[in-house]
Amino acid sequence: MTFETTIPYLVFGVLALVAVASAVAMLISKDAVNSALFLVLNFATVGVIYLTLGAPFIALSQIAVYAGAIMVLFLFVIMLLGGEKFKPAIPRRSHIIFAGVLGAVFLLELILAYFVRYGNMTVPAVQAPGYGSPTALGMELFSKYALPFELTSLILLSALIGAIILTRDSKKEISSGETESPVEDENAS
Amino acid sequence: MVPVDYYLILSAIIFSLGVIGVLLRSNALVVFMSLELMLNAANLVLITYAAYYRVLSGQLIVFFVMIVAAAEVAVGLALLVAIFRAKKSVDVDQMSSLKG
Repeated sequence: MTFETTIPYLVFGVLALVAVASAVAMLISKDAVNSALFLVLNFATVGVIYLTLGAPFIALSQIAVYAGAIMVLFLFVIMLLGGEKFKPAIPRRSHIIFAGVLGAVFLLELILAYFVRYGNMTVPAVQAPGYGSPTALGMELFSKYALPFELTSLILLSALIGAIILTRDSKKEISSGETESPVEDENAS
Repeated sequence: MVPVDYYLILSAIIFSLGVIGVLLRSNALVVFMSLELMLNAANLVLITYAAYYRVLSGQLIVFFVMIVAAAEVAVGLALLVAIFRAKKSVDVDQMSSLKG
């Protein structure tokens, strides 16, 4: 194995290590804010792995949508609810062992199922030039997948309306007749 | 290039960590983050097979998964805020009743 062929393995190894370590750190950190920040690191690392798989557009939307928008929403809600001040509930020892065993069994099952079903697919993932470029993706999206793309706008609209209705303070609105009730500072009390 | 196996096993490991997070943590916000971790692991499989078979459909499914995940996070966090208002807690052990 020459040095040139080792480089992709090195890159993948480092990325995989960071991804798994940040996922574990997310699980074991006591503070919800720390968990969210480790998850951002994990999402960014997986985004770079997408880049090595020839998906630059998806990699950048992963960073923009997941690590950007979704995690900002998470951090916003954690701080709105005062999540950093919650005393962390220490799980029971039997609980930890049980969850660990179940997770390990699940992982084993996934890997076994894969190897039994497909053997080892060691064929390298070679990229054709222009594969996964925004142009190619856009052509596919707006020709073959135009209807699903339009339907996603409906999903986003329903999520928008649902989020507004769920967080609306209904009691206050009926009593005072206000159309817009300011968000209460819940953690002040 | 790195074989496809490696990516799939990495994805399996991340997915299992997400499962452990859902089982272990009692903070509903962290449970929710573990769900996102699992979605992300599934996306990694889709991207890997898209690269393996050199078809773009896999990448587009990931694009749609991202959109649905964003919608899911918005509604889920709104539910958490509503639950916090009612119960003053986001501990999943406290959420044992369906009504109020």
